[in-house]
Amino acid sequence: MTAYIVRRLIYGLFVLVGVNVLTFALFFFVNSPDDMARAQLGAKRVTAEAVDKWKRERGYDKPLFLNEKMSGIERVTETVFFDKSLRLFAFQFGASDQGRNIGYDIRARMWPSLAVQVPAFVIGLAVYISFALLMAFFRATYVDFWGVVLCVLMMSVSTLFYIIGGQYVFGKLWSLVPISGYDGGFEAVKFLALPVLIGVIAGIGGSARWYRTIFLEEMGKDYVRTARAKGLSEPRVLFRHVLQNAMIPILTGVVVVIPLLFMGALITESFFGIPGLGSYTIDAISQQDFAIVRAMVFLGSVLYIIGLILTDISYTLVDPRVRFS
Amino acid sequence: MSRIRLGLLPVVLALVAGCGGAPWNDPYPAADAASNTLYSSFSERPKHLDPVQSYAENEFAFIANIYQPPLQYHYLKRPFELVPFGAEAVPAPVYLDASGKPLPQGAPAERVAYSEYTIRIRRGVLYQPHPALAVDDGGRPRYHALTAADLRGVDTLADFPHAGTRELEAADYVHQIKRLAHPRLHSPILQLMGGYVVGLRDLAERLAKDSAGLPAGAMIDLDGYELSGVRIVDRHTYVVRVRGKYPQFVYWLAMPFFAPVPPEADRFYGQPGMAEKNITLDWYPVGTGPYMLTVNNPNRQMVLERNPHYRGEVYPSEGEPGDAERGLLRDAGKPLPFIDRVVFSLEKEQIPYWNKFLQGYYDASGIGSDTFDQAVQFSGQGDVTLTEDMERRGIRLQTSLATTVFYLGFNMLDPVVGDAGGERARKLRLAVSIAVDQEELISIFRNGRGLPSHGPIPPGIFGYREPDADGINPHVYEWRDGAARRKDIEQAKKLLAEAGYPGGRDAKTGQPLLLHLDTTSSGADSRARLDWYVRQFAKLGVQLVIRATDFNRLQDKLRRGTAQLYFLGWNADYPDPENFLFLLHGPQARAKTQGENASNYRNAEYDRLFERMKHMANGPERQAIIDRMVELLRHDAPWVWSFFPKDYTLHHGWLHNRKPNQIANNGLKYQRLDSAERAARRREWNPPVVWPLALIGALLLLTALPAVVAYRRRERRTAGAGGA
Repeated sequence: MTAYIVRRLIYGLFVLVGVNVLTFALFFFVNSPDDMARAQLGAKRVTAEAVDKWKRERGYDKPLFLNEKMSGIERVTETVFFDKSLRLFAFQFGASDQGRNIGYDIRARMWPSLAVQVPAFVIGLAVYISFALLMAFFRATYVDFWGVVLCVLMMSVSTLFYIIGGQYVFGKLWSLVPISGYDGGFEAVKFLALPVLIGVIAGIGGSARWYRTIFLEEMGKDYVRTARAKGLSEPRVLFRHVLQNAMIPILTGVVVVIPLLFMGALITESFFGIPGLGSYTIDAISQQDFAIVRAMVFLGSVLYIIGLILTDISYTLVDPRVRFS
Repeated sequence: MSRIRLGLLPVVLALVAGCGGAPWNDPYPAADAASNTLYSSFSERPKHLDPVQSYAENEFAFIANIYQPPLQYHYLKRPFELVPFGAEAVPAPVYLDASGKPLPQGAPAERVAYSEYTIRIRRGVLYQPHPALAVDDGGRPRYHALTAADLRGVDTLADFPHAGTRELEAADYVHQIKRLAHPRLHSPILQLMGGYVVGLRDLAERLAKDSAGLPAGAMIDLDGYELSGVRIVDRHTYVVRVRGKYPQFVYWLAMPFFAPVPPEADRFYGQPGMAEKNITLDWYPVGTGPYMLTVNNPNRQMVLERNPHYRGEVYPSEGEPGDAERGLLRDAGKPLPFIDRVVFSLEKEQIPYWNKFLQGYYDASGIGSDTFDQAVQFSGQGDVTLTEDMERRGIRLQTSLATTVFYLGFNMLDPVVGDAGGERARKLRLAVSIAVDQEELISIFRNGRGLPSHGPIPPGIFGYREPDADGINPHVYEWRDGAARRKDIEQAKKLLAEAGYPGGRDAKTGQPLLLHLDTTSSGADSRARLDWYVRQFAKLGVQLVIRATDFNRLQDKLRRGTAQLYFLGWNADYPDPENFLFLLHGPQARAKTQGENASNYRNAEYDRLFERMKHMANGPERQAIIDRMVELLRHDAPWVWSFFPKDYTLHHGWLHNRKPNQIANNGLKYQRLDSAERAARRREWNPPVVWPLALIGALLLLTALPAVVAYRRRERRTAGAGGA
């Protein structure tokens, strides 16, 4: 197992290099260092000297990938790419292009993101699986039919609609929770209730329908028929046998997203005024702060790789037949 | 048993709801409900709070209330009038010739080599409590030699247990002027001020040279550098020497760029380890103004609190006509500020902001296009009034014309529409100016919130002419039936034909005339507006090609002078016509000098008049020159004169003394609120409605019931089958 994980981590390293190159190329395909400087220096009374100075101080005055003026290894090392990318692998994110410490901001903003994402994930998972099991249990009845119709309807509605609708109904019409905002400690509960609820509701359609399909596929298998033939009750068949055997496809989709919960939700955070990492990334893109964009994409990639490894490990836990090789 | 419990749920909820207290949807702590706190918001975190760098409105919203530049604008009087703030009086310049001898006040600009401004600051002004100013019992700074161990556990400024203060000195103002030249601070006005403040450019060069060899975070001690054009006379007086005649300099003295910063702040924030914790002057200002920033979490909330050391300023006792009737003089003579705390919450989206304003959780709001009809209606006479719903809530509406101009610019370097096209191109530009119906644009896309412009100077700024019979732009409008009427489209077509494009086709080649508009506008609203522009050009038979681009590409095209038509606008830095007319000053052409003249317009007479006008005091002579300059612009039409935007703002009835001020941003100290009334209204408007929850629960139960019945039936059937 250790050898397997080490091998996966080494593969992950290559993936990270690739992601870094791609992010770098895409960002600088759209923005030049001049553009970045002007975005940071403002629109009024920006001089060419100020732009040059800004670039020089942040190392953006070097060539992007290859420094023709240098020789030997310095042709590669004396470049913006090398300067800006190498430190990421030591998780040294440095300062944003506005001058703020990125690591500090990430540490401060990860908690609000987790505060929304973790409950939404846990409650959501319970609701989706329960609803899917319900539909599977009552397969081919009106419960199943209308459940699927409901799922399709809910899938067809954009998340934005749930957010605006939720704010209107729960925050404005019924005055039950604040429309937006955030606070620390226990006070956070009243701000988190609505975004968590909406996060759960917005995911019901797609997830419950997907899990239902998985359960139905399992329920058609021989071991289920055998279990029923032995006289096991339907709930016992569902929870002890079907659910357990359906875990592999469920885990494939679920475990991989666990580390990414840390990255926050872009639209939800923006509409609810939650100071998490989702809005941090969006702000950085709109403000052309490459240092933050690069750090967040790198972090996202690392977490995704961790998620994939965790998924593989989780397979062995739920299915003894799966072995690392 | 479980049924009984579920049945009790609505009762319990109703009881909880009926318990009174703070509304459930109150986003603020219950303890603050009756506090003297103003609630506002910010949509994106300010990039800079260092007064030497900050140059954006959303940044001024904070620092203009924290720092105390020498001057400020009178809160109530219009036209805008400078009054003392940190200074004892508005300084009058002393003109000097090249040998330093004084000249009379009316000396011609060409004889004036220098202007000297002597600024006497108020005595007894104290800084806000701040750790940078904290001293121990021996009078030594407590926090100017911090080690890594000292900084352990320190995450914000509030983590320093001690704070101190001291009296404001002239040296602090001088220190800030030196900071304009700091090589790492990138002050946006260094280039401009370097041309005026004697010695500033030289200081910038020396500092750049000396700092080149220093490590990245190393502090540059500005005390060791002389600035030849600025000298300290005594503890409360300093003199700034400016090259030539520059009457606009006093306006700059009302901006945070010239606010005092204590050198101790640079020493405190410049210590190793502070920047890593984001503890910098750029995020934690140190001022002498009415408020101080006590919470700075730009990811969530920023809080201004009354500076306990601020005193000596009172609410103005005179204003413009009508202010007394509007109740704006009721607090005359009372000490400022009135409000104890101002909480700015991060609110990125307009919809939540608007709903929270209606719930009473924000005290004031702008009006977005989505909510315009909900808030405002037009009477039969065309007057703007609030809707009944707003009236019922006691909301007040204020309108004001912004000191802003929007325009559609032609690039005068372009061969078709620019100078190279000569008279043909001028007639083409005029034809377009007539065809693009600004009145329609304002009506359709801005809900009437704008005033068609006849020149670059907006109302409220000296030099502006009312568009009456003498003041209209005669090239685009004519005076008919006692009003300015846009010229008939046939006249535009005639001009176009004279330009060599009859019916929108080149008379020589027969090819249709294509014009290209570069714009950053995108989205559904913008598309409708751009389609409208295409139709305006189509009235002439001219095809307008929209080239959607991003902000950077547009700026790049403007810098290289390759755009043909473009949209831009300008917000006034200060209320002087120079600040608008310079946008078309030839020597400030964007393509050549990176200046603000994005159209690259050049007219020798205009440039000459500009040089004269900018040195003059307001008066008939200056007005005559401005009139001539504006006439030249109208004739040459380098811009399609679009409109001056009109701002509509709303505030609740419990907020008093609000008056829009388009130039100044330090209006918080004048506002007063009735927090008891606000708390009562919030409770009235936000009673929790719990019965729908009970209903939803009941519906879920009802839906589940048949399923449970079906399940039991199935179980019984299975059991029965098994039994059989």
